[in-house]
Parts: sequence; structure tokens; C-alpha cells
Amino acid sequence: MIYANRKPIKKTAYVMPDVALPTGGAWITEARKAALASASEYGMPQKRDEYWKYTDPTTLTSDAPTPAAIFDNKEERLFDDVDRVKVFFVDGIYNAEMSDPLDLAGVEIETLETAGQADIHWASALYGVLETNGQRPVPRPLAALNTATATQGLVIRATGKAAKPVSFIYLHQDENSDATIHHTIKLEAGADLTILENGPAAARCNMVMEVDVADNASFHHVRAQGRDHERRAVTHIFARLGKESSFKSFTLTVNGVLTRNEAIIEFKGDDAHATVAGACAGDGTFHHDDTVFITHDAVNCESRQVYKKVLRSGAVGVFQGKILVQPGAQKTDGYQISQGLLLDDNSTFQAKPELEIYADDVACSHGSTVGAIDETALFYLTSRGIPHGTAQDMLTLAFLGEAIEEIEDETLSETIRARLERWMARRQG
Amino acid sequence: MLEIKNLCVDLEEEDKTILKGVDLKIGEGEVHAIMGPNGSGKSTTSYVLAGKDGYEVTAGSATLFGEDILELDPEERAAAGLFLAFQYPVEILGVGNMTFLRTAVNSQRKARGEDELSAAEFLKEVRAKAKSLKIDADMLKRPVNVGFSGGEKKRNEILQMAMLEPKMCVLDETDSGLDVDAMKLVAEGVNALRDGKRSFLVITHYQRLLDHIKPDVVHIMADGKIVKSGGPELALEVENNGYADILAEVA
Repeated sequence: MIYANRKPIKKTAYVMPDVALPTGGAWITEARKAALASASEYGMPQKRDEYWKYTDPTTLTSDAPTPAAIFDNKEERLFDDVDRVKVFFVDGIYNAEMSDPLDLAGVEIETLETAGQADIHWASALYGVLETNGQRPVPRPLAALNTATATQGLVIRATGKAAKPVSFIYLHQDENSDATIHHTIKLEAGADLTILENGPAAARCNMVMEVDVADNASFHHVRAQGRDHERRAVTHIFARLGKESSFKSFTLTVNGVLTRNEAIIEFKGDDAHATVAGACAGDGTFHHDDTVFITHDAVNCESRQVYKKVLRSGAVGVFQGKILVQPGAQKTDGYQISQGLLLDDNSTFQAKPELEIYADDVACSHGSTVGAIDETALFYLTSRGIPHGTAQDMLTLAFLGEAIEEIEDETLSETIRARLERWMARRQG
Repeated sequence: MLEIKNLCVDLEEEDKTILKGVDLKIGEGEVHAIMGPNGSGKSTTSYVLAGKDGYEVTAGSATLFGEDILELDPEERAAAGLFLAFQYPVEILGVGNMTFLRTAVNSQRKARGEDELSAAEFLKEVRAKAKSLKIDADMLKRPVNVGFSGGEKKRNEILQMAMLEPKMCVLDETDSGLDVDAMKLVAEGVNALRDGKRSFLVITHYQRLLDHIKPDVVHIMADGKIVKSGGPELALEVENNGYADILAEVA
């Protein structure tokens, strides 16, 4: 396998915060120690790192988070009309009182705190394992640091088709909160599970989700990152896909001063499918980075990356997306599109699409565009009496719609669309 | 209703003069036609009236009910009662035709201080009007003009006109790209909107359309000006002899 024996790129100099490992059972302590050793070896990301060229990690690696004002958007919470198991985190800490009982047929749910107390746990085969695999060829030190220090998160094992989604709701109440959350999710063969996530989480949040999707299992993920203007987040999703499995993840990001969302997906079984999609809209100091790394290491797998960003008043959008096709991964179908819609001259969209292919019978395509709103379409709409701002919103929503459509469940995609519509309408006043 | 006086227009980017003093007065309920060779400024006239970017008015005026519309944004002109049926209707991916129509109707009502139509009222009206134009439910659901045939696009323009109920309709080469049957259908749609009050300005190359939409006045435009006006017989003259004779006569 390409890269398997290659050492991670070693930093010439690195900084590593003083980290005290949390206490826990034997299995998790071992995982934490290993992760800390990795994080120490890699060092924290710095602006001069190639992988962080477009996003300054300084505020993500600083000792203390930059305070973030609490933003009350007076909206009803997203997914409120969806029947689901609600799990609340307040400033990154699990809140049992607010949460529903962790009961769902076909799904075992426990907190990382509880699972971490045991000396032996099935999660030892997963916690930090996909994260470690994902450290090559590019190190992701913030994810390793997360594995080393996280005490919060859920450990979920689905054995069948879950009757309803499990929903993580992240409330932000403390302006100085610094959250580290690590979810470990295993879908056994044939299982079907939907995870919903919403809310700002904390002033700063480092989140990792490891998802192991066994043969014939289906994982659905819809996430809306909270709208607090000043929150910062770095998230990593590590997924491993078995034979004929399916993985679909969508993220909506509106506001937040800094977001880096990484998705690292590896096909290990044949005939599997993965979609990662994102729609984001941002103003002013908004900086949003989607970094995707998809490794095809099996035959006849399909991957889709669909990312859309609408930017204005100086907002910055970044997309780094890579498809790596390993030797022997024949009949791979890799698709990648990233598009920036700039609503003015002050905004920036940076895209770095990459294909690296070591098999000869594959179909991989990528496209990246950046542009302004279509003036012809805008004139058509306004000539029918639609106010300029509303017309611009309609076209913006249409643009983002192509990413939203990647959500398989129509109710959920409508929920996301309606949320964006209302947000835009309110901005028009 | 619509009065254009000495309208002079440059193309902004190319510093080229397109309209060189257009004069036109359309009264309530009247149907006027503008004919003329390619490049005479017919379509430019319609775009300038509707407020498209890229044109600079260097002299003259255009008023609707005495109000200077050249100072208004396109949406304000629409709310004031002006409608342009596009020669090339724009395809808009991701915006449903129905959503588009409803937003347009209610935006105009709101701008005029009227109550917005409820979803049910709107639906009832749009269905009835779509039916008379042979526009099926599928066309209403699809994104605006996306995947529509040439005829469907033009019918969709007329449907918008029927829903928006403008006072002054400008039709820019609505017959282009239509076969005879489609043209008849479109013309019927237009004629259904003739109520003695609503006025029309029909821009066309050919007399054919005017067989179906009977004009009160026909204008010949050439080199950015109206060079001759007359009754419907003028259109027949063009059909029989082409523009050369008329242009030679006025030169």
C-alpha cells in the first residue's frame, strides 16, 4: 500500500502543550498514551505547514481558547420536529439531565466516560485506531491530541437498523469554554444508523468522530455547526468502510469565525459508497476550511465530494480535497466538486483538488469553480418584481442546494433547506 | 401609458451608440408592434425599458403613467406594471418554477401594498392559467426553464405575464424559435390578456405573429430610431417587400 511505510512528515520545530492524561481504565489509558506520543512527535500544526497553508491554526492550538460571545439566535432548535434520541452536551460536557435515556433498540449507547472506566472494552479496537490510520500520509496532530485528552463523547454500537436518529446537541453557555469531544461509532454488518449534530458546542471545540462501517451497513450523518459568530472548531471524521457499505455525511456551516472540518475516509471493502458534502455561508471574518482525504483501497467503490461555499464581506472559504486510489483499487469511481460563490470582491475561495491514482481502470473527476452570482439570472428574477436581495438569496440557495441534495433523507434535507431560507429571509428584514 | 421620448442609449462596455432618439407613445389598451432588421435596436429598447445593466441612457426619457421608469430598479418597474417577455428566457437551476412564480407575484403585491396571495389561492390561480397555456404540473415543478423546449419556455413567459397581470407588456421576439402551432398557442395566451386596458409592445422580425396578435400601430425601426409608423398594413408591406424599400424611402 502506498504510504504504508512512509514516515509522517516530521516538523523542523514543534510546539506541544503540556498535557496531563485523564485517568481511566486500562484500554483507554493505553490509547491515550499512544495518541499523546504521536501528537508529540508531529507537533501542533503551524501556519507554515503545507496542510495548513490556507488556514491559520494558531487559535486552535493556543493554550487557552479565544473567548466567544454567546449568540442567541432566538430560533427554535434544528431537528426539533424529528423523532430522535437527544443527547445534550453543554460546553462540551455531557448533560444527563437534559438528555434522553441512552436507549434505542438495536443500538448500544454509552458515554466515553463510562466506557473509559472499564479495563476491557470493544471500543479499544476502534478508539484512536481510525484516527491513527488517518495520520498517514498527512499528520493530523489535533486529532491525535483529541484522542489523548478527550473524556467526553459517546461510544455507540449499532447492531441493526436504528428506529430513529441519535442526535447530539451542543450548547454553548460559557464564553471561555474549550471542548474536546470524541465519538466512537461502530456499525456492525447490516446496521443502519443516522447521527444528527447541531449547535456551536463551545468557544473552541476539537471534535473527532471515528466511524467504522462494517459490511452492508449504512451510516448517515447530518450536521449543522452552530451559528455563534465567534466560535472556533476543528473537527475530524475518520471512517472505514466495509464491503457494500454506505457512508453519507453532510455539514451545514453558517457563521463561526473559524472552522476546519476534516473528513478522512478509507474504503476497505469492495462495492461501497461514500458521500461527503458541505454547504456553507459566511460573512466578514468567517473562515471555513473543508479538508477531505479519501483513500480507495478496494474494488468498485464510489466516492462523492460535493462542497459549496457562499462568501461575502471578506469571508474566506478553503477546500482541500484528495482522492487517493491505491494499486488494485480498480473500477473506482471518484467524483469531487468544490465551488465558491463570491457575493463581492472582498471574499476569497481557495481550492486545492488532488487526485493520486495507482490503478489503471478508474474513473475520477474533479471540478473546482469560483464565480460571482449569475447577473443574467438575477436580472430575470428582478424583472419579475422580485427584490434584488431576495433574488440573490434564491440564487444562493439554489447554489447551495446542490450540496443539500446529497442528504438522502428528504425530511432532513428539507429541514436544512428551510433553515437556510429562514435565515436568509431574516437577514433581508 | 408608456411614453418614450428621444431615447438615446450607449452600450456601456463598447462605447457604442445603439439607440439614437427613439420616440414612441402607447396609449391604454393599445397594441404596438416594432419591426426592423437585425441590429436596429429593437431588443435594446426592451432591455432598457426593463432595466437591464450594461446600457447607458445618454438622453431622453421613458415614462410609465407619467413616472420616469429609467430611474427605477428592475423590480420597481415590474411592480409599477411593466413586464418584459424575454427573447431568451433564462434557465435557473435549483429554483422551482412554482416558487419563482409565487415569489414574483407576492413581491409585486407587497411592493404595491396589497395582501400577498395565500398558498392555496396562488395554487388555484396558477393551475387554471397553466392549463389554458397547456403547461402541465411537471413544468411547474421543474426548475425555472431548465430542460424546457423553446415553445415551453415561451409559454412559461406568457404564464408569468398572466400571473403578474402587468399593465404594459413588452414582448421581445416571442415568436422566435416557435413553430406555427406553438406560436398560435402563445398568441392566444397574449390575446386572452387583452382587456382594452392592458397595453402591448410586440417586437418581432416577422409579420406572422401579427396575424395572430393584431396590432393597432406598427413601427419600423432602423439604426436606433423609429423611421416609419403606420397601421397593420405596414407589417404586410415588410412581409412582401422586405425592409430595403422602406429604408430607401425614408433615407
